[in-house]
Amino acid sequence: MYVAVKGGERAIDAAHEWLADERRGAPDVAELSISQIREQLSLAVNRVMAEGSLYDPDLAALAIKQARGDMIEAIFLIRAYRTTLPRFGVSAPIDTGAMRCDRRISATFKDLPGGQILGPTFDYTHRLLDFALMADGAVSPEVKEGGPTDAVPLPHVTEFLDREGLLQPEPEDNTPPRDLTREPLDFPADRPLKLQALARGDEGFVLSMAYSTQRGYARNHPFVGELRIGRVAVSMDIPELGFAIDLGEITVSECETVNQFTGSKTEPPQFTRGYGLVFGQSERKAISMALVDRALRWEELGEDNVGAPAQDAEFVLSHSDNVQATGFLEHIKLPHYVDFQSELELIRRLRAEAMMASTGPREAAE
Amino acid sequence: MSYNFAYLDEQTKRMIRRAILKGVAIPGYQVPFASREMPMPYGWGTGGVQVSAACLTPDDVFKVIDQGADDTTNAVSIRRFFEKTAGVAVTEKTTEATVIQTRHRIPETPLSADQILVYQVPIPEPLRFLEPRETETRKMHGLEEYGLMHVKLYEDIARHGEIATAYAYPVKVEDRYVMDPSPIPKFDNPKLESPALQLFGAGREQRIYALPPYTKVFSLDFEDYPFDPSKAAHPCALCGAEDSYLDEVIVDDAGGRMFVCSDTDYCASRRETGEAA
Repeated sequence: MYVAVKGGERAIDAAHEWLADERRGAPDVAELSISQIREQLSLAVNRVMAEGSLYDPDLAALAIKQARGDMIEAIFLIRAYRTTLPRFGVSAPIDTGAMRCDRRISATFKDLPGGQILGPTFDYTHRLLDFALMADGAVSPEVKEGGPTDAVPLPHVTEFLDREGLLQPEPEDNTPPRDLTREPLDFPADRPLKLQALARGDEGFVLSMAYSTQRGYARNHPFVGELRIGRVAVSMDIPELGFAIDLGEITVSECETVNQFTGSKTEPPQFTRGYGLVFGQSERKAISMALVDRALRWEELGEDNVGAPAQDAEFVLSHSDNVQATGFLEHIKLPHYVDFQSELELIRRLRAEAMMASTGPREAAE
Repeated sequence: MSYNFAYLDEQTKRMIRRAILKGVAIPGYQVPFASREMPMPYGWGTGGVQVSAACLTPDDVFKVIDQGADDTTNAVSIRRFFEKTAGVAVTEKTTEATVIQTRHRIPETPLSADQILVYQVPIPEPLRFLEPRETETRKMHGLEEYGLMHVKLYEDIARHGEIATAYAYPVKVEDRYVMDPSPIPKFDNPKLESPALQLFGAGREQRIYALPPYTKVFSLDFEDYPFDPSKAAHPCALCGAEDSYLDEVIVDDAGGRMFVCSDTDYCASRRETGEAA
């Protein structure tokens, strides 16, 4: 006699134990420390901070460890933690013009005040596996030239175009932006909200959207006007003091694209801008974000909507969040016996009717 | 580390309660709310969990079912979450519970006026698969423009001879809003008219809606093709019930099968009280 399946509780406990065991891996291999992850997998840490919307390298490293290196799972852990945090206030906008840059490049000018700073980049490395890294105890070479600088703030490259009036000026607006984490997403979305969604959006998704514009789905002729990565101060007005104080420093990647624009009914020919800003060194994401931002601006610039996915704000914003996407995608693993049963009965009934209808005439023909 | 009662902070619960009250005031209308990231994935009941968190009091007795069963893994997980974060009493008995969170079923045992039924909703928009844009569907609800839905149902009949929707069967609430009752089998639709308060939470889609007690809920149909809340034509193999929704269970390698109540509490209670024939 069939007995209704029981044992969900025991199964869950056993699965969690097994998971913990798998996470640890072979016990004769030393356990990863949080500081090792933070220092040696820093780009993974950066991505988790960016898409988790929480700047905390230690917690991001912990999330990566706990998630066994599954980035979206780590991002999810950070988001779930973040949402429980009390909010003390709002910082002043960061001043990326005052950034102390580790990296700063422009693809539009050969040389410019402050110069091009290549910084710690994979660009121009040959992608050959470095087997020396497999040898335990390998010590990295000392940085001979360059290295972290405390150089003077560098002007934004786009300022030079601005001065000539060739670049569309961004309107000054001090309205506090809407907060995606405290209000439901609502359309039409203004540009700050779009940028907010893109900044937390899945790197792969934003990259693909940006790539699609380069391949002709709403091509917007971008040049990397400037990509800069470095440290900026975060300051906050303290009411008791009556002035702003620096709370600390964060590393961000900022990308401004300069896009060709031949003008529309409402706007004269000029260069326009796409903008990307991401926590940590996340330049692929920052550039992608700038391209998608520019594609989404078609309406405000009076461009044609060519029906490209990257132009569709509702499509892009509704599907960019990987924590939402993965949750809903993976929920189809949950039992659906009841819905499936009702479908089963429906299909059987429709099939029986279809069979009757098709066998009927055939018999008549024979 | 300790969390606030029922996990969410009081400000968040207040925000959710406001959305619930608005939903109760406009039955069937989808109220946007600032859904939070919960420590369980979107799509796994975060909407229901947030609504439950906003409704629970320390004196409540909480029950969770998924597919009608208390022991399915995700039901276990959600029940444990509230045992841990709210310390509320839990039960598997429908009659003992004051708040019941459900996924895909309405309990067979009729609910009473002192109970709240909280549904987990994946896609709250009944028009979503006819029109993917939220901006459009909100307009359609605003204008009570439901022609597209009737055309869909009509086309079903033209093609299949019947309305080919077996679950998440659309309803019209108090002659105004077309509503998705969540993916319950259409067998459960008649139970949507209930003395209990029914709340629907969609976390990922950031929507809450409600059916206050005794709200009129009409399953869409045509005069000549009336709504039919069908189920498998068998009695339950365990308790003999003829009036309950049945799961089909494959019992051997030859594909032999049996039909048993999907509502495990209903089935067990019937067997305990000797109602099983």
